[in-house]
Amino acid sequence: MSKVYDVIIIGAGPAGLSAALYAGRARLSTLIIEKDKDGGQIVLTSEVENYPGCLEGESGPTLIDRMAHQAEHFGAEKVYDEILEVKLEGKEKVIKGKKGEYTGKTVIIATGASSRPIGCPGEKTFTGKGVSYCATCDGNFFEDFEVFVVGGGDTAVEEAMYLTKFARKVTIIHRREELRAAKSIQEKAFANPKMNFIWNSAVKEIKGEGLVNSMVLENLKTGELTEIVADEDDGIFGIFVFIGYTPKTQIFEGIINLENGYIVTDENMKTNIEGVYAAGDVRVKSLRQVVTAAADGAIAAVQAEKYLAD
Amino acid sequence: MLVLDKATFEPEVLQAEGYVLVDFFGDGCAPCEALMPHVVELSEKYGDKLKFTKLNTTKARRVAIGQQILGLPVIAIYKDGKKVEELVKEDASPENVEALVKKYI
Repeated sequence: MSKVYDVIIIGAGPAGLSAALYAGRARLSTLIIEKDKDGGQIVLTSEVENYPGCLEGESGPTLIDRMAHQAEHFGAEKVYDEILEVKLEGKEKVIKGKKGEYTGKTVIIATGASSRPIGCPGEKTFTGKGVSYCATCDGNFFEDFEVFVVGGGDTAVEEAMYLTKFARKVTIIHRREELRAAKSIQEKAFANPKMNFIWNSAVKEIKGEGLVNSMVLENLKTGELTEIVADEDDGIFGIFVFIGYTPKTQIFEGIINLENGYIVTDENMKTNIEGVYAAGDVRVKSLRQVVTAAADGAIAAVQAEKYLAD
Repeated sequence: MLVLDKATFEPEVLQAEGYVLVDFFGDGCAPCEALMPHVVELSEKYGDKLKFTKLNTTKARRVAIGQQILGLPVIAIYKDGKKVEELVKEDASPENVEALVKKYI
């Protein structure tokens, strides 16, 4: 019979790693299951300056490295596997992955979310051909080229600023007339001579020949359509999309209560199933940040500990 | 895996006969880092049947754009110097890459 863990944590982002740290310190036998790489969304982030106590020049990967070491230090085990099916009812919860089967007395779901696409024609065809959701992955290609960033939140504006290191010109395309990003980020963006803004607009279509060379924008106030064509000498431009996230909850559909795809919990991270908790971006909440993910993870682990003691 | 650079990409891939796999990656690309160990594993398993190579595009930007690559990671198969198939970004999962390798060996 395989090992029965006290806590199984699905996902090694800030929520999962924080839960692992708390569970490990409580001397619960803890297993983290991660699909591909520690960190989740935050490792795609070039700069983290709003996590209390983070270092100056902190990036997503450097912060996550320290979190992962800390969780490991307190004894959490980790496997890399993709979950296919879960059986969460009852005392022993079974998680089936591609590589193996794992059994736990409690489960903390911290699967997070992935980038939300625009959903316009051409977007999928040109992903990796000019359309990107990861500035740290693909920014370098656009050195001296022109880049457009879709979105107006913290991530969009911060990543747009990061892209000014490479691109000749960075233009934010936003649905509204003002940015949603924190004022301190906005101030930096408006002061940067490489930054430009197109307001009240949405991308309707992305076109090209092999690589992106034009797109159609709709002015949401007037309905007017404009085509943006790549500079003749460049022949290409980049479109980076940061318009929010989609929760990774497909395997929990019909098993756990969801709302718009996000897992519903109470303030103690409890789901509708005994001994099953959710933490981080995957759950219904008002603020999805590293700091709130870490807090969720801590609460979920402490609740799991209480449940196990009863 | 054979490490390529902007100078050796041409002779080792574009002028090579037969099939060549290229792992296009870049500095600071977390998904590329996550994928790389799986590709290394595949190269140990199938390296006698297929030429496995990798190119850091951060230092070979123009070469990559010339290959119509503007997003990472990409796992591409070349036959007699022509790209015949590629897996881009999320499609480049360890399982898909193994299936791709098996198709061309």
